Amino acid sequence: MEFFAEDMYRENIMDHFKNPRNHGIIKNPDIGFADNNPLCGDEIGITVKLKTEKIKDKNGNEEIKEEIAEIKFNGKGCAISQASTSMLTEQVMGMKLKDVKKMKNNDVIKNLGIPLQPIRVKCALLGFKVLEAGIFLYEGKNKAIK
Amino acid sequence: MIAYNVNKIREDFPILNVKVHGKPLIYLDNAATSQKPKQVIQAEKDYYETINANIHRGVHKLSEDATAGYEEAHEKAADFIGADNLDEDSNIEQIIFTRNTTESLNLLAYSLSNSKIDTGGGNNKADTIFELKEGDDILITQAEHHANLVPWQQLAKKLKLKLKFAKISLDSNDDEDFGTLDVQQFNELVTKKTKIVAVAQMGNVLGTINDAREIGKIVHENNPSALFIVDGAQSVAHSKVDVAKLGCDFFAFSGHKMLAPTGIGVLFGKKNLLEQMKPFMYGGDMIRKVTFEDTLYNDLPWKFEAGTPNIAGGIALGSAIDYLQKIGMENIFAHEQELTRYALKRLEEFEDITIYGPRKMSEKRTGIISFNIDGIHAHDVASIFDQHGIAIRGGHHCAMPLMSLLNVAGTARISFYLYNKKEEVDKVVDAIKSVKKIFA
Repeated sequence: MEFFAEDMYRENIMDHFKNPRNHGIIKNPDIGFADNNPLCGDEIGITVKLKTEKIKDKNGNEEIKEEIAEIKFNGKGCAISQASTSMLTEQVMGMKLKDVKKMKNNDVIKNLGIPLQPIRVKCALLGFKVLEAGIFLYEGKNKAIK
Repeated sequence: MIAYNVNKIREDFPILNVKVHGKPLIYLDNAATSQKPKQVIQAEKDYYETINANIHRGVHKLSEDATAGYEEAHEKAADFIGADNLDEDSNIEQIIFTRNTTESLNLLAYSLSNSKIDTGGGNNKADTIFELKEGDDILITQAEHHANLVPWQQLAKKLKLKLKFAKISLDSNDDEDFGTLDVQQFNELVTKKTKIVAVAQMGNVLGTINDAREIGKIVHENNPSALFIVDGAQSVAHSKVDVAKLGCDFFAFSGHKMLAPTGIGVLFGKKNLLEQMKPFMYGGDMIRKVTFEDTLYNDLPWKFEAGTPNIAGGIALGSAIDYLQKIGMENIFAHEQELTRYALKRLEEFEDITIYGPRKMSEKRTGIISFNIDGIHAHDVASIFDQHGIAIRGGHHCAMPLMSLLNVAGTARISFYLYNKKEEVDKVVDAIKSVKKIFA
């Protein structure tokens, strides 16, 4: 397949790279994790504040509803990893944690809207992997307390 | 001398006809691995089609031919790096075939960890015994590839040795010496406690050339029991190497960076040292006699080549050596120096490009140019280059400690070989303009 450099670095990607959404660090977050891609040295940290509600389902069982109330990322790296993470933060804002957990790699990659070389897929997924690991740690900790 | 004809050379490399994203391939990732001429590909094919058999075993014709071809390849390797100047009767005994430079260096790290060797270097017998003991040190430089760092780092941990790093110049304003070894400081670091010194002759990131001869002299003068190891992965592919002149005890290199297939590499070692060293791997072909209780090891170099080796790869390496020698390593070196000089000149057009390594052409510099464009990640640069059909490397180049020293996550790197030409450098300049346009 033939495509051009301009396709890969199309406007929406460069926009997210140059003007990252939800950039920064949340103080006292519920979820916080950072990791790097050893291949290229890209680093991404993600912090999340949750909105937690106790609700009752139709059978009257109590359930905890957790939503992403606020999410911020920081780090450094290539345009693909930074833009993809910026898009991811917009995507998951307000989502239920259990729905975030159901997300697949492709749900994140398709935000970019371009075909990716296999080696760049890791760049595109770095932010998602950090978020997943953060949620995993958060749930492990919560269970341990209970 | 016949004029260097790059277009004629290019005809030998079928892959240079490949199109990448619809554009002619411009291959500038030679420091990672080189392309292969049809003569080498044919040699590997011929082996499988006409003489394939296991070596040193059968008395049948095929096995004899395969053995002869494989041993002849050792002779060619010995000749290629000047090992035959050292001891012409036993050149093959000093050449061990491995998978690559990494395996050659691991072989050394393992074997030296449990060998006691009389180096025969000094006048006083007591001063010439090599044996690693707690508190001894190993000296490498700050610019080494992981292959010449991690084996020593882990060996040092295991035996409680100290791993020391000789400094390179980090003065980015020094056009000539940025990235080169501080030889004076190096001299001070080689003490009586220093048992192993391992240095790359050509840097795979900074493109610097170390004066291995000078370093070897320092090592052996400061400590006759120290062993001097040269990582020749880059240098052997691009310049004339003569281990007898270098004064090194060991010299490690890979076939795949010098036109041969992947999976074949070489370790040269001085015969008197190899004879006293313990094997690295045990098994078939490395033995002379085995009983249920004990084993007598085979002669050199087979003592260090356990198991069925990469016979086809070895023979193809011999063919690659023939090819390089026909063109002449001095000619290849001169061609690449010319390309590098031109590339450095053209890169001067950009004020926002940082070159990691000497910016000025000199005898301290070779055809590897690492650079970054301000504010743009090396991976993005490499991706956009790829869209132009230009293969370069973007990343840490297996030298993460050096990257942290340079305070970068990675760099973009172009690296030349005998088939590259000036027009390709011009395309690089176009690609850089394209990167800058996209990121403007």
